[in-house]
Amino acid sequence: MSSETKQILTTDGIPLEVSLKKAERKNKIKAFLLVAPLLFFLIITYVFPIGDMLFRSVDDKMVTQMLPKTFKAMENWDGQELPDEEVFAAFHEDFIKLVEDKREGKLSTQLNYTKNGFKSIIKKLRRASKKFEEGNYKEQIMSVHKRWADVEYWRAIQRRAPEFTGQKYLKGMDMYVNEEGKIVSVEEDRRIHRVLWLRTLEIAFFVTVFCFLMAYPIAHLLATLPMKYSNLLMICVLLPFWTSLLVRTASWMILLQQQGIVNDFFVGIGLVADDNRPEMMYNKTGSYVAMTQILLPFMVLPLYSVMKTISPSLMRAGKSLGGTPFVAFWKVYFPLTIPGIGAGCLLVFILAIGYYITPALVGGASGTLISNQIAFHMKSTLDWSFASAMGLMLLSGVLVIYWLYNKIVGIDNIKLG
Amino acid sequence: MALPKYTEPHYRIWHYIYLTICGAVFFFLIAPLFVIFPLSFNAEEFLSFSDGMKSLDPDAFSLRWYKDMIYGTKNPWGLAAKNSFVIAIFATIGSVVLGTVAALGLSSRHMPYKGLIMAVLISPMIVPLIISGVAIFFFMAKAGLAATHTGIVLAHIILGTPFVVITVTATLSGFDHSVTRAAASLGSDPVNTFMKITLPLILPGVISGGLFAFVTSFDEVVVVLFLAGLENTTIPIQMWTGLREQLSPTILAVATCLIILSTLILVTAELLRRRSERLRGINR
Repeated sequence: MSSETKQILTTDGIPLEVSLKKAERKNKIKAFLLVAPLLFFLIITYVFPIGDMLFRSVDDKMVTQMLPKTFKAMENWDGQELPDEEVFAAFHEDFIKLVEDKREGKLSTQLNYTKNGFKSIIKKLRRASKKFEEGNYKEQIMSVHKRWADVEYWRAIQRRAPEFTGQKYLKGMDMYVNEEGKIVSVEEDRRIHRVLWLRTLEIAFFVTVFCFLMAYPIAHLLATLPMKYSNLLMICVLLPFWTSLLVRTASWMILLQQQGIVNDFFVGIGLVADDNRPEMMYNKTGSYVAMTQILLPFMVLPLYSVMKTISPSLMRAGKSLGGTPFVAFWKVYFPLTIPGIGAGCLLVFILAIGYYITPALVGGASGTLISNQIAFHMKSTLDWSFASAMGLMLLSGVLVIYWLYNKIVGIDNIKLG
Repeated sequence: MALPKYTEPHYRIWHYIYLTICGAVFFFLIAPLFVIFPLSFNAEEFLSFSDGMKSLDPDAFSLRWYKDMIYGTKNPWGLAAKNSFVIAIFATIGSVVLGTVAALGLSSRHMPYKGLIMAVLISPMIVPLIISGVAIFFFMAKAGLAATHTGIVLAHIILGTPFVVITVTATLSGFDHSVTRAAASLGSDPVNTFMKITLPLILPGVISGGLFAFVTSFDEVVVVLFLAGLENTTIPIQMWTGLREQLSPTILAVATCLIILSTLILVTAELLRRRSERLRGINR
C-alpha cells in the first residue's frame, strides 16, 4: 500500500512526499528567518550576559592568579603539619612580585574574607620582606609574626587555590566554609541575607493576597456591569496601569508622610492623637500599601478577562436549582474563575518578588527587599560577583514560578490590557 | 446593577456591602493620582494642602513650580525630557520592527520549537528588572556602550520587544491567512503583500505594542540607573534622584505632565483595542 503512495509523482517527476517535505522545510526556514534577528539580538545582548553573571558569581581566579607558584608548591602538601620550605619559598617569590606591582593590599583583603587576621600580618610581612636574606624563607617568614607559623593560616590560603568557588552563594544564604571545610551558618545576629529573603517572600506573598482580595470584587463588578458603565470604571484600573511607577510612588510618599493626608484624616476622625502621628512610610507598611496599589491592575486584568467569558445564566441556573446565591457563587462561579486567579496571583507574585524602586523609596530600612541588596552591591560595595550570585538565586526562584505559570495557565495566555 | 424586586433583605444588604467594597477599591486605585494635581499648583513649598488651598483662596495657587520646571536654572528637566523622548522613540522603532517581524515568524504554523523560542523572546518581561539591569550592564560595559544613548536604546529594545511580540502575535491569531495567499496568487511579492495587505490589517496590534514599548522605555528606571552617565539623564532618573533627596513641588509638576501623557496614551490604546476587536469581530 505504501509502495503505491510512493508512486505518486509531481509534474517534475519527483515523488510527492519528497517534494512536500522540501516545501515544508522551505517554509520552516522562512519562518525561522523572520524570528532570527530578534532571537539572535536577545541571545547576544541578554541571554549570554545572564550566563556571564553565572560565570562571574563562581569566578575566584583573583587569588589563584596572585599566588600561582605557591599553589603549585602546595599540591604536594597534605595540610596536616606546616608546609615545607618549598612552599614558603614559592610564597615569598609570589609575594615579592605582588609587592612590586603594589597588589599585596588586594591579596590581604581577599585572604581576610577567608580568615580574619591576614590584614595585619601581610602588612608586617611586606615591611620585613625588604630585609629578607636569600634562602631559608620558612624560618624568616615564621619569625615575622606567630600567625605565619600557624598551620590554620596556611590552610586558609590553600582553600583559595581553586579557580571557581560557591562561596558567594553560601554568603547569600549567610553560610560559609569553616576551617574544617564544613558548611556552617554565621552567627544568629549577622544573618542579614536570610532575613531579606524571608522578608521578600513575605511581602510578595501578602501583596499577592491583598491584591487578590481587592481585585476579585472589582473584576466581578467590571465583568457583570453593562458595557457603558464598565468602560468608565475600567479607566480607574487602566490609568494607574499606564502611569509611571515613579509618579505613583511619589503620590504615596505625599499621602503617607507624617503631615500627609492619610495621617490628617486619622487625626480628624480621632483615631490617633495629633502629636502621636504614626510613621506609615519608610517601613514595611509603606512597602505594602504602595506595592499593593501599584500591582493591583496586574491582578484585575487577568481576572476580568476570565470572568468576562462566564455566562451569567450559569449563576441563575445554580440558583434555580435551589442553591442560595452564596452556594451558587461558591460551587459554580468561583471554580470557573480559578484560571484567572492563577494567572493574576503568579503575575503579581513574580513582579513583587523582584521589586526594587518602590521599596527603595518608601520602604526604609525594614521594608527593603533582596533586589535592593543586589543594587547595593552593584553600586556601592562593587562586589559584582556577589550581586550576580544573589541575582541568579532570585532568578532561579522566579523561573520555578514561571514554569508553574506555564504549566497552569500557558505562557501564550498572557493578556495585556 | 439593579436588584430584582423579590430579593431578600439580607442579600440586599450584602449587595450594598459589595458595592461599597468595590467603591473603596476603585477609590484606592485612582485617588492617589489625583492628590498630585492640586499640590503641583501649590504657591508654597510644602507638600501638603495649605489652609489657603483648603478655602480655595486663589492666592494659594500658582504656576510657580511649572515655571521652575521649564525655566529653572539648576533644573535638568529640559535635558532629561529631550533624552527621554529621543531614547523612547528610537527604542520604540527598534522594538516594533524586531518584534513585529518575529511575531510574523512565530505565527507561522511551520515555526519549529515555537514554545522554547517564545519563552526566550518573552523572558525580559518575566526576569526581574534588577537582574536584567545587572546582565545588560555587564554586556554594555564590555561592549563599551555604558553611559551612551546607544547603550540605553539597545537596553530598552530588549525590554520593549516582549510587549510587541505578545500584542502582534495576539492580533495575528485572528488573522485570515488566505488574504496573503490571494495576494500571492495575484502576483504580489512577499514584501509588497506585507506592506499592502498584512500590515494595514495588523496595524492596531502593532501600534498598541509600540505604545507598550514606548511607555516601558519612557518609564524605565532600574536599567537606566546602571547604564546612564550624567549626559544620559532621563525623566525617571531625575524623578528618582529628586524623590530620594527631597520631594520638591517641581517633581509634582513633572508628575502632573506625566499623568496627562499617560492619559493620552491610555485613550489611544483603548481606541485601538476596540477598533481591533471590532475588526476581528470579537466585540459583543
